[in-house]
Amino acid sequence: MEQVLLSLLIWMPILGGFATLIVGNQRALSAKWVALSLSLIVFILSLGLYTGFDNTTHLMQFVEKSSWISQFNINYHLGVDGISMPLIILTTFSTILVIIAGWEVIQNRPAHYMAAFLMMEGLIIGVFSALDAILYYVFWEASLIPMLLIIGIWGGDNRIYASIKFFLYTFIGSVFMLISMIYMYNIGGSFGILDMHALSLTMTEQSWIFWAFFLAFAVKVPMFPVHTWLPDAHVQAPTGGSVILAAIMLKMGGYGFFRFSLPITPDASLNFSDIVIVISLIAIVYIGFVALVQRDMKKLIAYSSISHMGFVTLGLFAMFLAVKNSYEGALLGLEGAMVQMISHGFISAAMFLVVGVLYDRLHSREISTYGGVINSMPKFTGFAVLFAMANAGLPATSGFVGEFMVILGAMQANFWISTLAATTLILGAAYTLWMVKRVFWGPIHNDAVKSLNDINAREFFILGVLALAVIIMGVYPQPVIEVMHSSIEHLLNQALTSKLAI
Amino acid sequence: MSNTAQNLFQFDTSTLVFALPEIFLLSSIVVILLIDVFLKKSFKNITYYLSQIAIFITALLSYNLIGNGEQIIFSGSFIHDDLAAIFKVAMMVASIVVLVYSRTYLNIHNLFKGEYFVLVLLAILGMMVMVSGYSLLTLYLGLEILSLSLYTLIAIARSRANAVEAGLKYFVLGAIASGLLLYGMSMIYGINGSLNIAEIAQFASGASLESSQQLILNFGLVFIVIGVAFKLGAVPFHNWVPDVYQGSPTSVTMFLSSVPKIAAVAMLIRLLIEGLGSLQDYWSDLFIALAILSIGVGSLVALMQSNIKRMLAYSTISHIGFILLGFATGTMTGYGSAVFYVFTYVLMSIAAFGVIILLNKKGFESEFISDFKGLGRRSPWFALMMLIVMLSMAGIPPFIGFYSKFFILQQVVNSGFIELAIIAVIFAVISAYYYLQIIKSMYFDESDNTSPVSSPMDTQLVLSINAVLILAVGLFPNYWMNIALSVF
Repeated sequence: MEQVLLSLLIWMPILGGFATLIVGNQRALSAKWVALSLSLIVFILSLGLYTGFDNTTHLMQFVEKSSWISQFNINYHLGVDGISMPLIILTTFSTILVIIAGWEVIQNRPAHYMAAFLMMEGLIIGVFSALDAILYYVFWEASLIPMLLIIGIWGGDNRIYASIKFFLYTFIGSVFMLISMIYMYNIGGSFGILDMHALSLTMTEQSWIFWAFFLAFAVKVPMFPVHTWLPDAHVQAPTGGSVILAAIMLKMGGYGFFRFSLPITPDASLNFSDIVIVISLIAIVYIGFVALVQRDMKKLIAYSSISHMGFVTLGLFAMFLAVKNSYEGALLGLEGAMVQMISHGFISAAMFLVVGVLYDRLHSREISTYGGVINSMPKFTGFAVLFAMANAGLPATSGFVGEFMVILGAMQANFWISTLAATTLILGAAYTLWMVKRVFWGPIHNDAVKSLNDINAREFFILGVLALAVIIMGVYPQPVIEVMHSSIEHLLNQALTSKLAI
Repeated sequence: MSNTAQNLFQFDTSTLVFALPEIFLLSSIVVILLIDVFLKKSFKNITYYLSQIAIFITALLSYNLIGNGEQIIFSGSFIHDDLAAIFKVAMMVASIVVLVYSRTYLNIHNLFKGEYFVLVLLAILGMMVMVSGYSLLTLYLGLEILSLSLYTLIAIARSRANAVEAGLKYFVLGAIASGLLLYGMSMIYGINGSLNIAEIAQFASGASLESSQQLILNFGLVFIVIGVAFKLGAVPFHNWVPDVYQGSPTSVTMFLSSVPKIAAVAMLIRLLIEGLGSLQDYWSDLFIALAILSIGVGSLVALMQSNIKRMLAYSTISHIGFILLGFATGTMTGYGSAVFYVFTYVLMSIAAFGVIILLNKKGFESEFISDFKGLGRRSPWFALMMLIVMLSMAGIPPFIGFYSKFFILQQVVNSGFIELAIIAVIFAVISAYYYLQIIKSMYFDESDNTSPVSSPMDTQLVLSINAVLILAVGLFPNYWMNIALSVF
């Protein structure tokens, strides 16, 4: 079981997606049950990764390796460490929510919808577990296809523009990554990611490779100024698409920095860390202000996502400055970045589901449509306010933990960096709570709001599960941190060891 | 020297076995032509089936010859080796699939005639001669058999002005290109006194070449490269491609865009790698220029097309650019990658035209990207097939098109041309836009037309296998790559 667990996690959803396609739209209910039961099985199996995980080592676990394209020494090589394992569980978890969330809402081609999400789940798990660069690239690019179709088929009015923009943006970002990988293969003779970690590169080579990878990951995270696809994609995507996009696809970018940029090009990362820190701060502060003025709820959450993801890149690169003062500070920053990714996975998923609940009822994402929703939907408002608080970084929610760790880490780097980053806590509170005020409180402007039905059992379930996740991680983040500790420490040492051939 | 010369002129009937596929096909053509004359119009199906059987048996005969090593027969003018046999099998399989897809189309548009199939068979024969040609004369002969059959095939829809124009255009430009090729061959023949590829190779790699001889050799080389580039449709010798693709009946376009590319690549290998391999430095530079221009023009101009046949024409041009890039690297793996690319390109191109042909109805010629509107609803299965083909052509993994591009890029970077690789991938991203347009039409656009696409079982089956192969070979590209590498 251990030897094939990762393969199962990848291929079960993909083949299950095909099965769902075959069941077809005519038998939509059976298709939905196939999808739901598969996603549940995959989630339960993925918990095996957690229970069977060895916290004490940074080495890859659950490794599978067999030759794939022997002519170019490309292997089907899978494995997880403390960085990728939590992200895989996040993926399997979110997929269940998305499938339940789309249960009644998706009337147009429901079986295809479910199939797309299942296939995407498998492909993204592939991204997080691939240890061969080409295998990684194949999963990375292939995961664009279901998302393209999800936005394009089930999206809003401007879906065509948004889906093609999303696709081309990510595609142009990643082709240079491919060339870097090929370049490193030509030096080292291996596409293995771990072999690339050990590859000795000159500063010039590292700089080129760094920027090539940076482009790919920065588009995905997304970082200022290549973030413009995200608001379009989010606004047009159906609720499920937004959830997966925010909760998981953005993490693929962050994960890329952990897996490729820092260990492969440590010297270039150090050299360019100032630039990345500045860009991250711009994302955190400027995009925070942009979020403040949005009238569309989904757009507001999309910008807030960009701003929160800024913390991830800040934590990653501020550590180069922090380590001069304190090794622990640097470690804290890195771990904070990782915790922030997971926590953002829960919170952004929850926020988009909250908007989805409202959108399903009134078919409007405009803040001004609503007002006084609490009068007709008290239970729902309870959840919404909790998630809004978490989004604003309230202590005892998961949103606080990651951001606080990053800020503490950044404090070791530079007082002003951490101060600027901390302003987000205020900004985040401002735009989130202001939205809550306008949507949920105040007088009812709109007659339709009066007759809203409160959330049903299905919606209560998904929001409840997410609420639990947000609170548990906020109160007791220790298990998550423990799992990643050895891997992050190893990564930090890799990033601090110069690769320049003497 | 005298000893080999004697051997060359000996005629040993046992060597005929290596030309058995060609001999069989030629006899079949004669027989089918005769039978067809006596068939009533309602029995024309028999011609179709006979042709398919003839191609199939030819494929089997070629397949049986794989692994017999290198055999040069007919006084050094004809070669049998694994390259020839594998290429022939690939061409036969592709031709069978093309004919399966064509049948409905030909019926709908009243083109179902005996001549059509005989001409296709003749074109195939020409290509087989090209693949096995080992002297300049045989190569040229094969090329002309192919070209003359194609000119006629294109113009077979006499009532269509477009088709006649396309046929004439191809004829005039093709004749010029043949002339240039022949001119180059005459220079090479003039300087070394032999038409045989092996002797040309020996001469060209000789250390004792005078600079004037070298000059003439280079001149000949340039003309030969031009001739090959024309047949492949590389920029700047591409002007015939869009017009011919658009004007020809779609079934002919499908044939034209796929099988002859294999033959042209074989001719390229015979002439430039086996014959003038010692001048690789010279023709590599030419190829790089042709490749980058082709990739660039192919990607950019395709963006503006609304006619899908024209769009695919430009897409072919950009694929040809990648193939040339593979040859330009000058490494064995590079050549193998280019051959791999040709095979995968043919697989994708046939599937793309197969879906276009499906959309044809009595009195309706499907030509525009907008004809794909709503296909995702009308026929989800075929839409999925087209989705796979388009993503594969755009080079998105896990489909086969990604690996063919990836192998080429790998070799390009390996040869130190990183900037070429960067240019190529940028254009690959640009070209993704127009492939996405088809996907957009099929899935994202709404259409009033909700009637499902109907087609005979055999077409459906073959098309499904074709598209699934694009995915399956993509999951396990190593097997095909081994075949492609084994021809060198």
